[in-house]
Amino acid sequence: MRIGYSIKQALIQIWRNKGMAFAATLAITAMMLILGVFFVIIVNIDLFTEMLQSNYNEVELFLKDEVTPEEAETMIGTLETYGGVREAKFRTKEEAMDIMRQRWGENSYLLDSLGENPLPNSIVLSMDSMESANNLTEKVKALEGVEDIKYYKETVEKLGRVSNALRITSIAIIAFLLIVSIIIVSNTIKLTVMARAKEIEIMKYIGGTNWFIRGPFLVEGIILGTVASAVAALVTYLIYREVIVLVGRSFMTIMGSPLVPAEYMLNNLLIIFIALGVSIGACGSIISMRKFLNR
Amino acid sequence: MGIIKVIGMIKFENVTKYYNENVGLEHATIHIEKGDFVFLVGPSGAGKSTFIKLIMKEINADEGRIVVDGQDVTRLSSREIPKLRRKIGIVFQDFRLLPKKTVYENVAFALETVHRGKRVIRTRVPAALEMVGIGDKAKKYPDELSAGEQQRVAIARAIINNPSLLIADEPTGNLDPETAKGIMDLLLEINETGTTVVMVTHARDIVDKLQKRVIAIEAGHIVRDEYGDYGYRDYGGLESPQGSIFDEKFTRKAAPAAQHVQARLDGETKQTDSTEKAEDRA
Repeated sequence: MRIGYSIKQALIQIWRNKGMAFAATLAITAMMLILGVFFVIIVNIDLFTEMLQSNYNEVELFLKDEVTPEEAETMIGTLETYGGVREAKFRTKEEAMDIMRQRWGENSYLLDSLGENPLPNSIVLSMDSMESANNLTEKVKALEGVEDIKYYKETVEKLGRVSNALRITSIAIIAFLLIVSIIIVSNTIKLTVMARAKEIEIMKYIGGTNWFIRGPFLVEGIILGTVASAVAALVTYLIYREVIVLVGRSFMTIMGSPLVPAEYMLNNLLIIFIALGVSIGACGSIISMRKFLNR
Repeated sequence: MGIIKVIGMIKFENVTKYYNENVGLEHATIHIEKGDFVFLVGPSGAGKSTFIKLIMKEINADEGRIVVDGQDVTRLSSREIPKLRRKIGIVFQDFRLLPKKTVYENVAFALETVHRGKRVIRTRVPAALEMVGIGDKAKKYPDELSAGEQQRVAIARAIINNPSLLIADEPTGNLDPETAKGIMDLLLEINETGTTVVMVTHARDIVDKLQKRVIAIEAGHIVRDEYGDYGYRDYGGLESPQGSIFDEKFTRKAAPAAQHVQARLDGETKQTDSTEKAEDRA
């Protein structure tokens, strides 16, 4: 394959068939836009589940009143040897009260009427995953001096199932969209290949090698794929930026998790989309040329 | 030419090709020497195209051996096919020029396809166009040329890589007799430079006039192979035999006269038939 020749020919081909090239690019852009919507949703779902997980992978061990701070420290030492424990911290009843006051905000004056602090001392464990939090509870129950365990078992399990399901679904959707995009590209390239079937036939008669004949079409596919995906990435970014402006705040309030920032999204979109565009274009044109070269 | 050593250009040895149940070519043995000029005649569907496709290795023989310019085509891998085809120039009835390329680009295209550099293209293309007699038409597009000029472009494209073999598949089939004569002169000129020419044709008058070797194929068999006339049979089949290109008065534009001359040339038995054909064309 002659790179310089192929690029030049591809550009000439595109220029001479401007209309077709434009239609093809538009079709691929449309496909990539749908892909872009899913991409944006998936990235946000990932962030959302991550945020939720980091909130729920805490296990709080409430200690009996007779446990001294020193005893608590030795317990922490033991706990830290367990698998999955990222951090173990002693929390005094006073700290616990402060946290509660913060959480209650304006209504925290209600806590003033309690008089003596009724909260127990506790050890707060942050776990590296929901699964390890789940595994740990059984072991910790047996420890001396532990009054009770606060752990979002059901929530955590449900969340785990949901996020797994979402991940599998999203991978399936992306795979499906990629296959559809390749088919679309191969069909559009097939149109330009057919428009030049005569040229290809003559090249074969003259003694052009398959790679020489394929070259310009391969480059054409890659150019169309790249342009389309870059446009799709930019459009997705612009729409997403507007969406953030419109619903970003409400989303944060309702879901308790922010949306992924638009700039971060753009970087990812561009890299991933251009990589996809190149491979979609290349695969599409190789598939579409197969039949024509088998002669 | 007695001193020149006779070397084989095309050798078919007992070649058979079937299309499912249908015979393409059966036990065909043909030897064509280097520098020969050979007419390939026969009715449509007799196996002429099969013969050419086998030479180009567009299709593979079921049996037998084919050697083209010293290369065993039957044993060639698909990767080696381009190498074979670079030794062969081919011209078609319908010219097969690229309408979006200029005459110059159409010919240069053949050099680009086999990776020739710009300098080679810049010197060889004008020379080839000059040789086929359309040196002044380089910047025109094919649809701005007459049919004869288009065929000249196609010939320039076919010979630009200096092939040792030129295959012409009914090169005059779409041309009026006057123009056809010009194309024949050109093919003879090319043949004189040492290029072997194999020409498929239905043009009885051309064959009769030139008195070259004539290979007749019918139903997949070689039925005749000798120097001389087109033959007693009208191999034109469904296609119209050409009017006499050597009768200067006969031109396409002079249709009524043409019919008259045509009828006279073809003899009494063919009269009604060819009059119909002439009308079809008109």
